[in-house]
Amino acid sequence: MTGIYAENSEGIFKKSVLEAASYASKIQNGPVTAICVGKPNDGESEKLAKYGVNKLIVIDGLNAFDAQVYSEAVTKAIAHAGINTLVIANTYEAKSIAPRIAVGMNASLATNVIAYPDMSNGFTVKRGVFSGKGFAYVKLEKTNKIVAITPNSTELIENNQSIAIENMVAEQSNSSTQIISTSKAAGKIPLTEAEVVVSAGRGMKGPENWGMVEELADLLGAATACSKPVSDMGWRPHGEHVGQTGITIKPNLYIAIGISGAIQHLAGVSSSKVIVAINKDPEAPFFKAADYGIVGDAFEVLPQLIQAAKNH
Amino acid sequence: MKILVCMSVVPDTTTKITFTENNTQFNTQGVQFIINPYDELSLTKALELTEKNGGSVTVATVGLADADAVIRKALAIGANDAIRINAEAKDGQFVAEQIAAIVKANGYDMVLTGRESIDYNGGQVCSLLGAMLSWPSVNVCTQMDIQDGKAIFERDIDGGRQSISSSLPVVASAQKDLCEPRIPNMKGIMAARTKPLQVVEAISVENNSTYSLFESPQAKQAVRLIDAGQAGQLIDILRNEAKIIA
Repeated sequence: MTGIYAENSEGIFKKSVLEAASYASKIQNGPVTAICVGKPNDGESEKLAKYGVNKLIVIDGLNAFDAQVYSEAVTKAIAHAGINTLVIANTYEAKSIAPRIAVGMNASLATNVIAYPDMSNGFTVKRGVFSGKGFAYVKLEKTNKIVAITPNSTELIENNQSIAIENMVAEQSNSSTQIISTSKAAGKIPLTEAEVVVSAGRGMKGPENWGMVEELADLLGAATACSKPVSDMGWRPHGEHVGQTGITIKPNLYIAIGISGAIQHLAGVSSSKVIVAINKDPEAPFFKAADYGIVGDAFEVLPQLIQAAKNH
Repeated sequence: MKILVCMSVVPDTTTKITFTENNTQFNTQGVQFIINPYDELSLTKALELTEKNGGSVTVATVGLADADAVIRKALAIGANDAIRINAEAKDGQFVAEQIAAIVKANGYDMVLTGRESIDYNGGQVCSLLGAMLSWPSVNVCTQMDIQDGKAIFERDIDGGRQSISSSLPVVASAQKDLCEPRIPNMKGIMAARTKPLQVVEAISVENNSTYSLFESPQAKQAVRLIDAGQAGQLIDILRNEAKIIA
């Protein structure tokens, strides 16, 4: 039986969770079970039902996120539901609990998975390796399996079900960790889930010039990102740094402004479907990795792009 | 306090990645190997914590003898001693089983890993260790400190940041911004030659996964250039030709 862990983001199931549901029901070739922690908002379970989930187990009684406590409760729900293959969206939360669940259910675990498995001879998945510079095919050997899929890698597949909700109360257990405070950038699109990303580098000359980058991003419904030097100099927060030692992303559209395209940067973005490079140096390596290019100064090109994006 | 730092030995970040033997092996020909950048951060942080609170730092690596040169670099940076588990790092689960055995045998107050290795990008070892040892695990930390016998972390979460405290022992993983990695000095390099590097044999564990084939990303077609004076055309092309934005 295939199931998913449906990450509950303040009551909402994000697109990456619906991708996991689609993935799971495709490999199950039928409806699947989802497990979430905490009650979702009204209407959210119907979103899961649209993508192939016919049963949602809601774990109640847990407070703030704790990797150990959450993993133990989810592992119990997995055993209760008879799930042997678990699909999960590869977010930070997934990375903190999927390995713990894998130990709990004695499963083979693959993270960074970007395609459906080949089940003709066992269960072989394709995953990103070498920080975007390669892919590997890995056979998962154990009977139980956990597949953590990279957001934006596989499509949403409608498969309407009617959904039954089952509540499970988690046993109270003592948490070894305590959350002191949490801050989230309100209304911002998380970089790893963004379909469009506008990214900029040293060509912007200083942090005070990022207003144009943000304006273009807003007009395109995009998240903002940056190169390593820009984050190293503190012009932008490190969470925006994409590249080999930053975040690996695969949006539908990646627009790179004033970034030369060093191999370490390209590694983190080369899986993007369409890449646009804007650089005043015609020899910038980014032009070899891009689908579209503009050889020009960011301060000349960006205002034109903003104007064109407004004229719609 | 005793801290164990888990270290992967990985290709230098500038490496062009290619594969050999009909794409079944990573081509190590001419490749320079380094300390995994995230592990370098956890090593530096471990040194900072023990300098402040007292204690020792041990580095553990799962790898064959060719990893020793990189392990010596970790000793030159300041680790007190090192343990090499003499086996190829098959996958994250294999590595975590080996490290967990070391932790159980020696006892540590804190185990630090990198957020992920930049070669296999599993990002699993920190949380796997937590489960195998029944310890709390805290991922992707940008700050770590010890206060009143507790560990205090700042970590990245999806779309934000979180400040979190944990009892000891704890396992945590390092994210960029945790600290500035240290560079070994001559004194450190000299001292590293005689620091203990213990080699132990791997324990046998159940097979988790088998890597069969590698693939390089597809090469892009030639770029289509748009005149800088007509830059606005780009938006039109993305909308109406590529149909990639609304």
